[in-house]
Amino acid sequence: MSYQLIDTGNSRSFPAAHALLDGASASGEVVVLIGADAGSALNDVTARAERAAILVELGTESLGTHTGESRGTEGSNVLGFARFRLGDGNPSDLVELVRQPATPDSAIAAARAVLEGAGLKVAVCGDFAGRIIDRLIRPYYNASLRRLDEQLATADDLDLTLRLGLGYPEGPISLLERTGLAHHYDVTSALFETLGTPDYAPARRAVVAKRRAGKGFK
Amino acid sequence: MSTIKTVGVAGAGTMGAGIAIVAARAGFRTILYDTRQDTLDRARRQTEGFFAKSVQRGKLTAEAVETIMGNLIGTTDIAAMAECDVVIEAIFEDLKVKHGLFSDLNAVCPPHTIFASNTSTLSITEIAGGSGRPERVVGMHFCLPAQLMKLIEMSPGLTTSPEVFDAAWKFAEAMGQRPVKTKDNPGFILNYFLVPFNNDAIRMVEAGVAEPADIDRAIKAGLGYPMGPLELLDLIGLDTQLLLCEALHGVTNDPRAACPPLVKRMIAANHLGRKTGRGFYTYEKDAMFGG
Repeated sequence: MSYQLIDTGNSRSFPAAHALLDGASASGEVVVLIGADAGSALNDVTARAERAAILVELGTESLGTHTGESRGTEGSNVLGFARFRLGDGNPSDLVELVRQPATPDSAIAAARAVLEGAGLKVAVCGDFAGRIIDRLIRPYYNASLRRLDEQLATADDLDLTLRLGLGYPEGPISLLERTGLAHHYDVTSALFETLGTPDYAPARRAVVAKRRAGKGFK
Repeated sequence: MSTIKTVGVAGAGTMGAGIAIVAARAGFRTILYDTRQDTLDRARRQTEGFFAKSVQRGKLTAEAVETIMGNLIGTTDIAAMAECDVVIEAIFEDLKVKHGLFSDLNAVCPPHTIFASNTSTLSITEIAGGSGRPERVVGMHFCLPAQLMKLIEMSPGLTTSPEVFDAAWKFAEAMGQRPVKTKDNPGFILNYFLVPFNNDAIRMVEAGVAEPADIDRAIKAGLGYPMGPLELLDLIGLDTQLLLCEALHGVTNDPRAACPPLVKRMIAANHLGRKTGRGFYTYEKDAMFGG
């Protein structure tokens, strides 16, 4: 399926060369908007209603921020997406594809064809805060940072136990250190604003990292 | 060097059968005890299937498997546990039921026998209190699937003698496992994190955030986890998840540890996971994981 790419710059999903960027044409049935201002660029798309799907790269915001919402009946050929990426780590091959209640199946199928055609894996989810992965893992990361404060085990033993016990490729403490605790603060703050439960409130160590980053310390 | 020669495993469910494989594969004479013959038969069939795959994959020779299977005995007679130097309990997560089992074992086993509990959420000190030999009880929490996972969370209770803990630690190493010492805290390390994490995944299904297959795909492809939370729950069993929640939430009062309503509905519908052929997914076979 042919697709057009509009790049507004500073894409978190595609910071480097990728088959999805290489495969774009000057015009197409699908439009892929990437970059930090992808949502604003939605207004620049011509013949919107005739497109099979229009994909908007999302940050921590809901798709509804860009499309508007209507009493739970919203949904069109406009879908949200983000390639999952932890902080400064490399983007994964997983794309969370965001639909609304009335999004037609044909738009989801078109979006999936473009993304999978570029070698990406697709998980479809509703327009919920944190989508799938952040919504699920951030409380677990917060809990591990809190338990480290409470000295349940050393950071190394905590990481080792979770790696060996559950087969995780990396323990939570080393993963957050490697990809940036300040990013964890940013994501959990956004989730906490919407969800409001203490599990999403940034853990103390993330608050410290964010404040130090703000002062220019590492 | 471990002085343990004969290992007893009480309970031939998913965990018990896996633990028996670990002990027998490491060369210990292993007696698997269960009150039900059909449970023992299923464990035997799954164990044979598992080792057949090990041979196929070149991990073990057919001769080695023959020796291992010759050392692995199933029994419904608790008196057979009299020859065990250690008994690892892997039965229902219920304090009274575990007290009952250990009282019976205490009457049968010689004084030197160590009692280990594979409990994932109950207190080792409380289990030891009803065992008749509190200084010889130790926590040995294996991970699912036990036959593949190396980690054992080992916890001493308040009454456990240091010598017994040390002997159990060496025994774990002699089985080729990697012990990690944890405090006798609710959920130790793994379940303290895993039970609420899995509940969060169930609540995402309840809330309609995404379909189970999409959640599992996202977690595996996005984070490199070997299994998604919902396929893992199907392996653990929804009935077991309920017990884990009740045990953990009962002690911690953490709202994330509280059992999501969907779990109770699935149990009512007999959608317990792999063991009933249906949970978050549907299954046609009950073959054991790995090989």
